[in-house]
Order: sequence, then structure tokens, then C-alpha cells
Amino acid sequence: MSTDKLNQNNFSKGTDFAVILLYFIMVAIGILCIFMVEYNPSANWSSSFITGKNNYSKQIYFAIFCAFVGIFILLMDSKVFTALANILYGGGILLMIATFVIGKNINGSKSWIPIAGGFNLQPAEVCKIFTALILAKFISRPETDFTKLKNHLIAGAMIALPAILSIAQHEMGLALVYSAFIFAMYREGLPPAILIVLLSFAVLVIATLLLEPTVLAIILTAIAVLFISSMIKRFKKNRNNILIVLSIWAICFGTVRFAVPYIFNNVFECYQSTRIYSMVGKEYDCGANKKSAAASGKSHGKKPDDYNVKQSKIAIGSGGFSGRGFLKGTQTRGKYVPEQHTDFIFTSLGEAFGFIGTSIFLGLYLFFLFRLIRIAERQRSTFSRVYAYSVVGIFFFHIAVNISMTIGLFPVVGIPLPLISYGGSSLLTFTVLVFILLRLDADRQMVLR
Amino acid sequence: MALYNSNRGGIIQIIIGVIFLILIGQLINIQIFSTKYTLAADNNAIYRKIIYPDRGIIYDHKKRALLENTISYDLVVIPNEAKGVDTTTLCEILKISKEEYAKRMIEVIVKNSRVKAGVFEPFLSTELYAQLTENLYRFPGFSLTERSIRSYPYNTAAHVLGYVAEVDVNFLQKHGEEGYEMGDYAGMTGLEKQYEEVLMGQRGVKRYLRDNKGKIQGAFEKGQFDTLAIAGRNLYTGMDVEVQQLAEKLLTNKVGSAVVINPKTGSIIAMASSPGYNPNLLTGSQRRKTIGRLLLDTARPIYNRAIKGQYPPGSTFKPMGALIALDEGLITPSYGYNCFGSYGACGDPRKCEHHNAGHAANLQLALANSCNSYFLQVFRMAIDNPKYHNAKLGYLKWKEYVNSFGLGRKLGIDLPSENKASIPDTARYNKDFGNPKFWNSCYMLTLGIGQDRMTATPLQLANAMALIANEGYYYTPHFVDSVEEEDEHDKEILAKYRTKQEVTKISSDIFKIIKEGMHDVTVYGTAAFIKVPGHEYCAKTGTAQNPHGKNHSLFVCFAPKDNPKVAVAVVVENAGFGATWAGPIGGLLMEKYLNDTLTPESKLKADNLSKVDLLPQAIKDWYVRNNKSSYMAPIEYNNDELGDVWDMEMLPGEAIPKIKKVDSPITKLDTAKSTPPASPVAPPAKPKPNKETNLPQKPKKKKAKILNNVNRQA
Repeated sequence: MSTDKLNQNNFSKGTDFAVILLYFIMVAIGILCIFMVEYNPSANWSSSFITGKNNYSKQIYFAIFCAFVGIFILLMDSKVFTALANILYGGGILLMIATFVIGKNINGSKSWIPIAGGFNLQPAEVCKIFTALILAKFISRPETDFTKLKNHLIAGAMIALPAILSIAQHEMGLALVYSAFIFAMYREGLPPAILIVLLSFAVLVIATLLLEPTVLAIILTAIAVLFISSMIKRFKKNRNNILIVLSIWAICFGTVRFAVPYIFNNVFECYQSTRIYSMVGKEYDCGANKKSAAASGKSHGKKPDDYNVKQSKIAIGSGGFSGRGFLKGTQTRGKYVPEQHTDFIFTSLGEAFGFIGTSIFLGLYLFFLFRLIRIAERQRSTFSRVYAYSVVGIFFFHIAVNISMTIGLFPVVGIPLPLISYGGSSLLTFTVLVFILLRLDADRQMVLR
Repeated sequence: MALYNSNRGGIIQIIIGVIFLILIGQLINIQIFSTKYTLAADNNAIYRKIIYPDRGIIYDHKKRALLENTISYDLVVIPNEAKGVDTTTLCEILKISKEEYAKRMIEVIVKNSRVKAGVFEPFLSTELYAQLTENLYRFPGFSLTERSIRSYPYNTAAHVLGYVAEVDVNFLQKHGEEGYEMGDYAGMTGLEKQYEEVLMGQRGVKRYLRDNKGKIQGAFEKGQFDTLAIAGRNLYTGMDVEVQQLAEKLLTNKVGSAVVINPKTGSIIAMASSPGYNPNLLTGSQRRKTIGRLLLDTARPIYNRAIKGQYPPGSTFKPMGALIALDEGLITPSYGYNCFGSYGACGDPRKCEHHNAGHAANLQLALANSCNSYFLQVFRMAIDNPKYHNAKLGYLKWKEYVNSFGLGRKLGIDLPSENKASIPDTARYNKDFGNPKFWNSCYMLTLGIGQDRMTATPLQLANAMALIANEGYYYTPHFVDSVEEEDEHDKEILAKYRTKQEVTKISSDIFKIIKEGMHDVTVYGTAAFIKVPGHEYCAKTGTAQNPHGKNHSLFVCFAPKDNPKVAVAVVVENAGFGATWAGPIGGLLMEKYLNDTLTPESKLKADNLSKVDLLPQAIKDWYVRNNKSSYMAPIEYNNDELGDVWDMEMLPGEAIPKIKKVDSPITKLDTAKSTPPASPVAPPAKPKPNKETNLPQKPKKKKAKILNNVNRQA
């Protein structure tokens, strides 16, 4: 009885209601957006809200279910999460492996496990939570010194495992999400040098796509020569430095000349390479793609599929400053944007409410993220903080990548917009992520192990 | 350690903030600064359907529709939905090969993309339509759509009405601001072109919302941007279908033209140009087959000779020459010229058809006998008029008169591309003969008898007759008397057809003298054998020499003599004497208009005339070479389907000696005709042998000549 009472107190006292409010606003916006996509003036929408046949009514049921899950989590003991982190992670990984056997094929990726009532669960989606928990648990161990490379590698492996499994399930987008944990790791002591190296590497890859190989090689060499000549005195003292510069140059050169073409031609599918190339406004020659050529001979001359992005940009762009108005979006009504209720849900908002709508919406998200960061920073327990940053990272990554791809700043990868996109798995995952954080936050005075 | 890294939370916030700023930046870019997305969105989703109103109908003076709108069907296809089509059956029905099917499909895709409907086969015939509707379920993606096309129930007046056709790039450039679009139809010639604005009506636009598969989702914004289609307005012309048909029938197998005008209003009753074509050949599915052949035809069946053909008026000019001289006071009606068969005052003698003394003893006689010498003399008097000091000024005055009669200038008929023909300028003669001082009336002597460089269109000649009939004024010849629901703009356009054109100051007394002379032509003169039952009429024959072969046969006339109601000009190219060919045609046209019917004799005469083949040999040779039948075929009046309108109305119930042997009617006629006007019928009946060979023309001409002489003496 007394523990119940204690929980009860904690529930009302420590819970961050701003986040809960934001959460509900987001879910409501999501349902509204899905409604705009599905709206058909000839059908009686008020009755179809209840029938559950439309996606928006399904989403309402998902939201109600998620609300119960949220309350349930808030009523749980926060120690449960530290205690179960390892088991949950293990179970999640096992589920992911299990999908290879019992998985159901939806939209070309065999990553779904059918559960009761016609609903399907995507373990890779849920695994994000477990990874966040185990990462938090690992870093918060007193014996973990997160300045050490060894621990960085262990943490990296924990993150990489589900990511690799996702790639194996052809869920490139989900795999990419795991890179969001870099925020948490960075916050806990990952040297900034690693970030800088990663960033420069990204710049190098983009440059590879943009520039002619020879031009890029000349630029790289020029930079190396400039660097050496400007610091020629230092290099005279220590010959090793020259070697370092030269080896960096060699690595860059190798990346440009061999690694990037190899990845595009042999690792990525043809359509993936095409999407990435189309981002920088270039056409990818699928004939060079060994993987798709091996998979099927007919894939030669596949048409570049920037249709999605084009239509998505048209829809958002046609919203203009103030939008076409609720339910008046012509592109939404005409179903010009593929997958509009899931990954491209942002387009319906952009078309209906224009720049005013999208900027307010992004403002809400930003406020939400900063609020989460504030929560993270006020934790006494490392576990809570690492977990909080993981949540921030996952949310931010989803938001940034999803919106970027709808407005043509990022290749199309199947990543939903948190709390907005249609889909039970996704909504449930984000709900659980947020509410576990709220539960931990409610106990922020406690130090969890 | 946590404390040590606490600034990193801020860095993370900065990173997030920067990324969000980038997103906002791109949103500003595509939502605020780019307009192309809005355009692309409208292109995607808004389907502008143009609602075509029915074009206006053109009626004759008895409210009979010269043309109508009928529904035609197109077979259209949405290539994306055309899956599982029973191509074998479809190709069988359309009588095309599978390769053709594939080719057309590609054409449709190229033109209209895969998701929009494109025309696969336009203008289906009724059988095809029936077959296709029956089998349409076998051809998913295919459908039949309506389209309104013109039809011509009387098969007549092709040149006048003109045709509508799909607009081309040139047209769109010229009419860029009038809202035409690719695929629209517009009047290209004739009244269809002239009154395009009135006939077209106002197109409506409906905006629909279209989904990504091209399916219509409903009206865009509840139709608040839609505009209604307003039907084209009808035109009421002064034409008479039956006279028009008769004119075309009479000109069958001839090259020439006939114009019938109501001088009281300037309304054109009939305008025929031969060879012509059946206007129904240029609508619907026929058009594609016909247009090219019509354009290539050496006889130029599309060319409207009534307003574009330039003919030397020959003797038909003589009344006008007399008018000038009378008005200038150079002659009096009693002025005579002693002609003995030629005019030698300018050296090189000019022949006159007559040499008996006194055939030009006064103006009336000279007109009736069409004395060349007389009118050459009168012309010289006008040019060398001492009032104007020199020949050039005299000529200018003369030209002013002639222009005022409507010759050598555009009359302003409501048809496009009217030709002004030619009354030569002095500049022309200065160029020919050098300094104006060096030329005089002798240099262009034959202008006085409508030759030399003078040309006129049949329309101008008919109008000149209207002028004489009205004794000094005319109304600009026109077809359209009124427009349905006339607005200010229409009134403005039609105003010029409703104002009297008083072009000369010549007194009506002088006109009366001319009329008398022209009446004498029909009593004892060159046209004496041509009668209009129940009416006295005035006329002038013309036999115009021309550089292109045999003489043109011309005839101008108006009737009745007092209170004229109809003026006619007829030209038959390379046919010979005016009285022989053009004359009877003109007579029949007047009879038809004035009496509203033809007597059985006249009817027979008309039938015979229509069978006479006066086509120049060159054209016949061309047809033989090109293995084509002549395009006069369209005016076949024994067309069962349309009912032989003309025949049935003309001769109700009577046993028509239809296409009997050509010889028999003649003999029959001759006996029948032995009543009052003894001679008139013979010449038109004569030409029968021409039908097979055009060789016997010469003897016939001689006969006609003899006949003329006989008439004159009578």
C-alpha cells in the first residue's frame, strides 16, 4: 500500500507534464494529417472514424492503446528498466533474428512479425528502445570509463548489432537510426575528434559524388601539399607528422577512388545508389551496379525514382506561405505523393498549412527536443541521462532525416516522422521511449544503477 | 565526469538548432520563393475541361439550316488502363493491323501521356460506333466520347459556308489572346471564319480535381472558378438553298461561277463556284481522306471563283461605259455610231460582231446588239474628254467612275479573302507606254469593251447589276442579314451592310435609258431567246477573250425590269458565247428565284444544261493522268439518302424524263417549245455531244452564232 502511495505521489509530482502535453499535441496533429490524406468528400468521415477501416481511425486506436501503455509505464518502478535492460536487449535481438524465419514480407522488407488482430510488429523498431536501455546501462556501470576506446568500441558494437540486422532485413532507414546514439555517446565522453573525423568523412563522400574523381584527387593533393608546406618547420622537427599527413591523404584518396565506388556499386542496391545520386542532382548508372546486375538481369536501365521526392516537394512547395487550407490540398486529395500517410506525412501538413504551418510545427518539435535535453541534463543518474540523450538522438534523427527527405535534402529512406506518421509500431516505440524517460525523470533524485 | 561534459549538452542543442535552421531555410526556399511548385501542383491536380458550346447554325432566308451540328464519336483510350485488350477484335473492327494499333498507341502516349485519355480513332462512322459500343467491354481503357461536328443537310454552298478545322500552330500564334488551345476547332474559310466570334460562342471551363491516376475526384473548389459555356449564335443569311443548289447544279462539269444578289438589300441569294465540292466531305472522318485531294486538284475545287476569280468582263461592261459617257454629257441616248463591222479609228481595226447598218443607231440599239465599235468610241470619248485636258486625267476620271461601280476594288463582302480584281492604274500604263504624254485612249482601247487589263469578279459584276437595277446605289453584298441576339458589336459589323452605298451622282433618268437598252437585249438583242416566264428582265451578254484559251461566257442580268428583285452574274470559263452558256444559267436562276419554281420546260433545260460538259481539256487530261474522278460529283442530286431536294420540290409527282438519252429531250423540247418563244431553247439543248467528247464544240459555236444572227434579225 505504502509503495503504491509513493508511486502515486511520484506520478503526479515528478512527471514532466509539458512533455506529456507536447506528446498529445503531436499525436493529435498526426491523426489530423492522416485524416487529411485519407479524406474523401464523398464518404461519411464521421462514421468511418469509429469503424476502424481507415488509417486515421486505426491510428486513433493505436493512440488510445499507446496512452494506456504510457500510463502503465508511468506506474512502473523505474528500477525495472535498469534491471531488465540486458534481457530486453537480448530478447529484441532474438526477435530480430526470428524475423528471418517467421517474418512477414511487407513492402519488400521481411522485418515484420504478425501478431494478433491483423497487426504486425517490427522488432527492429522496438529494438531501438532496448538498445537505448542497454547503452544507458553499460555506460552507467561504475566500472565503465567512457573515455576509453575499448568501451567506445563495446558501446559501438551494442549499437551496431541491431543496425546490421536491420540492413540484412533491407531496412536501411531503421539501420541508419542507430547512428543517433552518437549523441548520447558524445555527451558521455566520446572525443569530439571522432565527430570531426566522421564529419569530414561525410564531406569527403559527398564531394566524391559531386566532383569528378580527378578533380577531387587534385584538390586533395593540393590540400596535403599546402598543409605540409605551411607547417614545413614543424615537420622538419618530427618526420612522423609528414607520414601522418601522407597516410591521411592516402586514406582520403582511397576512399574517393575505391571505397565509395565500391560501396555504391557493390553494397548498395541500384535504387539506393540512384536515390543518393539524385540528391546531388546526378544520375546513377545502374549498369555499374554489380549487386542488382547479379540479382536480376533485367534491372538494366531502371528509371530513376526521384518521383517521390519530386511530388513531395511539389506538394510542400504548393502550400506557399499560408497553405491551401485544411482538406484543400490538391496534391493530397489527388494522392500524388506516394506513402503520404506514413513516411511523407509532412507533405500533407506543408500543403495544407504552408510555411506558417511547417515552421510552427518544426518549432514544436524543436521545443520538444530542447525540453528533452533539459530533462536529460537534470538527471542525477547517468543511466537516466544516457537514456534521455538516446531518446533525443532517436527523435532528432527521425525528424531531421524524415523532413529532409521530403524537402529534397536527403535521399529517400523509409523513416517515419515520430508521433505523426501512420503506423502502430512506430507510434508505440516513440511512446514507450518518451514515457520511460518520463518515468525515469520522475525519479530524477534517485541514482539508478 | 558528467560535470566535465555538461557543456556538451549545449553543443548538442546547437547542432540540433543548426539542422532545424537548415530545414527551415529549405522550407522558405520551396514554399515562399519558388513558384514552380505551385504551378506543378496545378498541372498535376487541376484538370481544366473545356466545355465546347454548340456552334451557331447558318440559316437561309426561309430559315432552312444550311448547316447543322451533329454528334460524332471518337474512340479514346487511356493507355495505362488499356491492359488485356482484345486487340484482335479491335483491329478487326477498325480494320487496322496490329502494328498500326501499336503505332497509334505510342502516338497517344506521346501526345497525352499514359494516364490521360487520347484520341485513338476520331469521327467514328455509325456502324463503327455500334460495333464498338457492343464490344467495348472487351477493350478496357477504351471509351467513346462525343464531339460536335458540322453537317450540311443540303450538300451545298461549300465555298460560302467554309469549313471548320483543328487549329494549328500558326493559328494559335495569330489568335494567341483569344483563348484557343491545341485541339480546338475554328472556322478556317468562308462564313465560318468571318463570323467565327459569333458562331463559336463562349467556351466554358470546368476545373476538376484529378488524382494521380488521372481520375476525376470532383469539382475543384466546388466549381467557383468555373465559367459557363455560352452557345454560339445563329446567323440568318439572305441565301436561298434552292437557288444555290440550282446554281451549283447548272455549273456542274463547267468551270465558272454564278452570283445571285437581291439588289434591294444587297443580300446574296446564291453564290456558286464550280468545280466545287460537297461540304460534307470536309467534316468528320471524311476530312482526312478528302482535304489533300481537294487541295491537289488542278481544277481547284476549294477556290471560290465568285469572289476570287478574275475575268475580263467583256461586253458586260458596256452598260457601265455608256453610263459614264451619259453622265459626262458626252453622248445622249440618241447618239449613234455608224458601225460596219469594225472600229478602225485607232488603226488596227477592232472587230464588231455585226455589220448591218444601223445596228448602233442609238444607245439602246447599240446595247441590244452589243456593238463593239459603239462602245469603243464611247470609251475614247470619255478618255479624251476635252474637259480633262489630257488622256491621263480623262482616264483617272473614267477610272473613278468604274471604281464607284464597284469594279477594281474590294466590295467588302462578309467572306474572307475577297479579290479586288483589276481596273488598271495610270501608273500601269505609264510603265507600259512610257511618259503619260505619250499615251492616249487608243492605247487601251479595248478597256471600253471590258477587255485589255480590266478584270472583275463575278461578285463585282453582280453588284454592278444591282447598282444599275437600283438606279444608282447598292448595298454592300453580304450573306448575313442578321445575327441572333445582336449586340452592339454585331450591329457595328453589320452596319456597313445596312447602309445604302450611293456611289454615283448619275441621275435615274440616265439609268432608265441603260435599263431600256438592257431590256432590249432580252427582247431582240443577244439574249432574246432567254426568257424568264412571267417577268420582263434586263441583261447583257459577254463573250470575253482571254489569254488562257477559249472565250469566257458571261451573262449579267436583273429582273423584273421595273422594281428589280434579283441581280445575277454568271461566268462560264472557256465556254464560248455569253448567250449560249452563261445566259441560260442566269435566266434559270432568275426564274427560280422570282417564281420560286421552274416550269417543266425550264426544269428540263436545267437538267440538260447540268449535263453539259465544258471542262477544259487540260483539266480532263489531268484527271485521266491522275486517275481521279472529278470533284463535281458532290453535287449529285440523285442522292437517295438526302432526298432529291431539288427534284422533288421542282416537279412534284411529275414523270421526269430524268437521265434519258440526251438526244431525246431535245427533240421533245423542240416540239414542246414551238409555242411562243420559238428559238430560246435550242442552244442549251444542243451541246449534248460534248458529254463524251469536247471536240464538237466548234460546230455548235457556229450554230450559236448563226442563231444570234437569226435573233437579231427577228
